[in-house]
Amino acid sequence: MSDSPGFAGAEGQAGRNLPPLRLHVPEPPARPGESADFTHFDIPPAGAQPRPDEASQPSDMRDMAYGLVRVLDEDGQAVGPWNPKLPPETLLRMLRTMALTRAFDARMFRAQRQGKTSFYMKSTGEEAVSIGAALALSRDDMCFPSYRQQGILIARDWPIVDMMNQIYSNKGDRLKGRQLPIMYSAREAGFFSISGNLTTQYPQAVGWAMASAAKGDTRIAATWCGEGSTAEGDFHSACTFASVYRAPVIMNVVNNQWAISSFSGFAGAEATTFAARAVGYGIAGLRVDGNDILAVYAATRWAADRARANAGPTLIEHFTYRVEGHSTSDDPSAYRSAEESSKWPLGDPIARLKQHCIGLGIWDEERHATMDQELAEMVRDAARAAEKNGILGHGLHHPMESMFEEVFEEMPWHLREQQQQMLDEWKAAGL
Amino acid sequence: MSEAIESKVVSETLTQARDDVAQMNMIQAINSAMDVMMERDPSVVVMGEDVGYFGGVFRATAGLQQKYGKNRVFDTPITECGIIGVAVGMGAYGLRPVPEIQFADYIYPALDQLVSEAARLRYRSAGEFIAPMTVRSPFGGGIFGGQTHSQSPEGIFTHVSGVKTVIPSTPYDAKGLLIAAIEDNDPTIFFEPKRIYNGPFDGHYDTPAKSWAGHEAAQVPTGYYRIPLGKARIARAGEALTILCYGTMVHVVENTVAALGIDAEIVDLRSLVPLDIDTIEASVKKTGRCLIVHEATRTSGFGAELLSLVQERCFYYLEAPIERCTGFDTPYPHSLEWAYFPGPVRIREAINKILKD
Repeated sequence: MSDSPGFAGAEGQAGRNLPPLRLHVPEPPARPGESADFTHFDIPPAGAQPRPDEASQPSDMRDMAYGLVRVLDEDGQAVGPWNPKLPPETLLRMLRTMALTRAFDARMFRAQRQGKTSFYMKSTGEEAVSIGAALALSRDDMCFPSYRQQGILIARDWPIVDMMNQIYSNKGDRLKGRQLPIMYSAREAGFFSISGNLTTQYPQAVGWAMASAAKGDTRIAATWCGEGSTAEGDFHSACTFASVYRAPVIMNVVNNQWAISSFSGFAGAEATTFAARAVGYGIAGLRVDGNDILAVYAATRWAADRARANAGPTLIEHFTYRVEGHSTSDDPSAYRSAEESSKWPLGDPIARLKQHCIGLGIWDEERHATMDQELAEMVRDAARAAEKNGILGHGLHHPMESMFEEVFEEMPWHLREQQQQMLDEWKAAGL
Repeated sequence: MSEAIESKVVSETLTQARDDVAQMNMIQAINSAMDVMMERDPSVVVMGEDVGYFGGVFRATAGLQQKYGKNRVFDTPITECGIIGVAVGMGAYGLRPVPEIQFADYIYPALDQLVSEAARLRYRSAGEFIAPMTVRSPFGGGIFGGQTHSQSPEGIFTHVSGVKTVIPSTPYDAKGLLIAAIEDNDPTIFFEPKRIYNGPFDGHYDTPAKSWAGHEAAQVPTGYYRIPLGKARIARAGEALTILCYGTMVHVVENTVAALGIDAEIVDLRSLVPLDIDTIEASVKKTGRCLIVHEATRTSGFGAELLSLVQERCFYYLEAPIERCTGFDTPYPHSLEWAYFPGPVRIREAINKILKD
């Protein structure tokens, strides 16, 4: 190897005095047993961010990709130019939808622990990201979610029993037990079939938006991915297409700091923000306090207005924190400081909106406690109703032969043969 | 037109009016298929690298943007992942996209969108969403394209549940199959054998190239017709042995068989998934001998599947082991292309081996 050009040796170093190369492998600020420290986060005060016009050129609003849009201040007041000034009924609907989502998560997490299904993913701490956006969009705008946006379905009043049927993969599951729990599909709710493969939904959302534009429609598309999967090629393909065709699409990056056990540094967070990905593509980029539902709502409405005015796509980074494990298969105490969620500097989205509503005089602790209890009962009743359709592994699934349906529109001979083979095998086995 | 094209649709079409038939090479036939479908169905859109103003590097989309506008025929960024991902989204909206992947060798960045998304969407959403796209892509070698412009990756797609794989061998079939693929509500990979875009290839690279002029399957109706997916074509009826092939190899096999003077039955599969198993089975049971020919690499190639199916269904009718005649398990070599290509020499050796007992 001595003559290999890659090993220049002493000759290649002649006249130089450089230290050897070294590889930088990112490391999060705190590991288990260590004290969580978020002092390195630059968190501007609520109301400090300017609100550019929706028709602004991306090049005129680059600072937005590095700041943080915040509306609710530390006292729960809505302040600054991004305050959406929502009526009380909308605020209380937001509060109730977030609380319902959290209650739903709690019940379904418990159901998994009780062995009623294989898998679950909570969205605790991130409820504002999906619900704020869903309420800012039109009901017929198309959503291409990732796996932690159950809040969209709940915000669009999709029956939670239907969601539970999917989680239990039971005979009431419209998806016929084919998908891992929480990989919902609800066309009537403008909710695209969720894929387990990350960020594939990004170019799909752009394609849907391009089609809507090409057809002179009024509907726009929105999509979500995590900060970790912004590293996927699909993300960058989508940004290129969105920029090139000025597609009416909102691309949301939910930066919840953790991709299973990999902190955001492995997706590039040490170098820049995720909203700043927009800058290189010439897309409008916003960075938003994802635990402030009024900020999420305002940013989404801004981006939706922009898209509907043919002013192009928007990339929104929602800065938030994944309070729970990645899924029921994950144990975050194995890789991150237990203090993190309690020290998270942007608080809890439900607590913050609750404080705001109490401050406005439209809500109080007593009503909140009553609501929580009512929602817990509602979720419990829904779970009981869903369980009547069966739980995973207890026989109340779709008929076995349904496994072969909808691979194609019409079943080809080889699938018909395999279907018959399976039925014959079971018959021969006396089952 | 003769027995070379057996489809019922053909005879019906041809009895309508000879004036509606024009001579086309395979590119013109493919272009005509898209033209016909864009005219008939406003949801059909054509997209891909260089397909718009320029009309495609092989000219397959020439004139379509001028005729149907940029909202329906447009150039794309160079990201195959993006092209297919966007096509999935357009399909979910209600469009019927016909994306072009410029060379089949470039399709790999799109694999996740094809395999995990387009192919699975109907199933995973229990029919709520579908991906009715037809992915056109020139494939195969014989053009001195080196390893990145010559591959035959059809076996990768036939292994994937939920996607159809179609490969024409003549201008007539190319148009009828492409129309059927575009109308189909499932995602279809439409591999176009680029060695025979401009003329049938007899396997002798060192003789002057032929054009499609004068070939009966180059007489193509200018209007709408379809050839159903999953119906093979008997390219040559015979008794001595059955040869299963598709794409460019149909012509190489036809010419080799003619030169040898052997009464082979040549089955042009036309569609690998869905596969016309009835035609295959009937032919092999009749001849008792079977050769499978494809240009793709041998190991885990589609020939392995064909061989298994014939063995499973025709074992007691066989008089000799089934043979495969394929490309070698190497990357496609540039200078040694004709040593790699399963040409007349390799096919003749395989036929002789099957017929020797």
